[in-house]
Amino acid sequence: MKSKHKALVQAVELIPDGSSLMIGGFMAVGTPHQVIGELLRQGKKDLTVIANDSGMPGKGVGALITAKAIKHLIASHIGTNPETQRQMIAGECEVTLVPQGTLVERIRAGGFGLGGVLTATGVGTVIAQGKQTIELQGKQYLIELPLRADFALLAAHRCDYRGNLEYSMTARNFNAVMAMAANTVIVEPEHIVPTGVIPPDAVVTPFCCVDYIVERTN
Amino acid sequence: MDDKTLIAKRVALEMKDGSLVNLGIGLPTMVATYLDPSIEVFFQSENGIIGMMKVPEPGLIDPSLTDAGGGFIGAIHGAASIDSAMSFGLIRGGHLDVTVLGGLEVDELGRLANWMVPGKMVPGMGGAMDLVSGAARVIVAMTHTAKGKPKVLRRCTLPLTSTRRVDLIVTEMAVIEPTQAGLVLKEVAPGVTVEQVVAATDATLIIPECVRVMPVEEPEAAAVGA
Repeated sequence: MKSKHKALVQAVELIPDGSSLMIGGFMAVGTPHQVIGELLRQGKKDLTVIANDSGMPGKGVGALITAKAIKHLIASHIGTNPETQRQMIAGECEVTLVPQGTLVERIRAGGFGLGGVLTATGVGTVIAQGKQTIELQGKQYLIELPLRADFALLAAHRCDYRGNLEYSMTARNFNAVMAMAANTVIVEPEHIVPTGVIPPDAVVTPFCCVDYIVERTN
Repeated sequence: MDDKTLIAKRVALEMKDGSLVNLGIGLPTMVATYLDPSIEVFFQSENGIIGMMKVPEPGLIDPSLTDAGGGFIGAIHGAASIDSAMSFGLIRGGHLDVTVLGGLEVDELGRLANWMVPGKMVPGMGGAMDLVSGAARVIVAMTHTAKGKPKVLRRCTLPLTSTRRVDLIVTEMAVIEPTQAGLVLKEVAPGVTVEQVVAATDATLIIPECVRVMPVEEPEAAAVGA
């Protein structure tokens, strides 16, 4: 099988302006920081970013916000990045806020081949506006549609030569789900290890989901 | 004792041995400090861990182990790390016993608003909507008023977090239980009268014959007029 290893610069060159990106991480933990740095260096713009949050100013997804590289952000929380709120209010960046559990399930639906999600979260709130509500067995649910992206940019703890991934503690967060929901998956692991070092039972994301492996150099 | 400490201490009395609990950021986080040491309570952080605890000592930080606010934490022996889908599956699926959340407003129907102030503060709901919709028990821990204005209202003026009726409201003045009949005043804080609570509340309170004093400081002298 052809090696999945790709130099950082070439991996990021695969991403055209205007792409949709899922970016793993929660408050910049479990986020592929080098890939984000290279997106900035290459001056990518008009991106649609799907991520849990917009990190902090200049950090995590926040680095892309500061550089005004994001046209549309789909996230559950922007409270720790005042710049995101400023750009949203100024109309410089469209922000779609999605409840965190709904966001992850929409991504899961996109990656698992499901047509959508029924959830009670958000029923009767502003989140329900413009959405279909359905009553099943006496309970109200919102119909939430799947999310997919052109690219998923992920961080992992260890990755073997084939692309099997293992995560560490709370750095797993959205990464494992996003690995299923994008056309091209680029992973920036903390460590690259020989195939077999990660035992089959410890593999969380199987190699078939990963397209490119980028070596972390700092 | 300051208001927030009082609220955290009173909420801590609601915790039961063996329960799985999610504490919101800010005031609710303080609840963990005042738990009865004879019980074991497990804390979930929605970014992906069951069994979070404080960093055991300076110098033992794991950069991949944080709470939902991004702060470094530790993990108990027997903790489990999970992805976000599993984390919210636990929340929505009824596996989470209690969530304690801050509040901006709660109304007579027991509905909470705590995620945005249109035009002023739009941080996003994060996990709050899922937590309120899905947790087995929802406790709101908040100050009774904000700049002198009541936060317990006839109807919420801010966008709702959920239409679900919360289970308990704990403030520095009172403990209020939203029921189908309305808001029942269960307890007043030490030194606070029922009349003071009524005056600081912009909703109808159902006042039973016996309103306890919060058993936070002098547990042996807890009941009044029983």
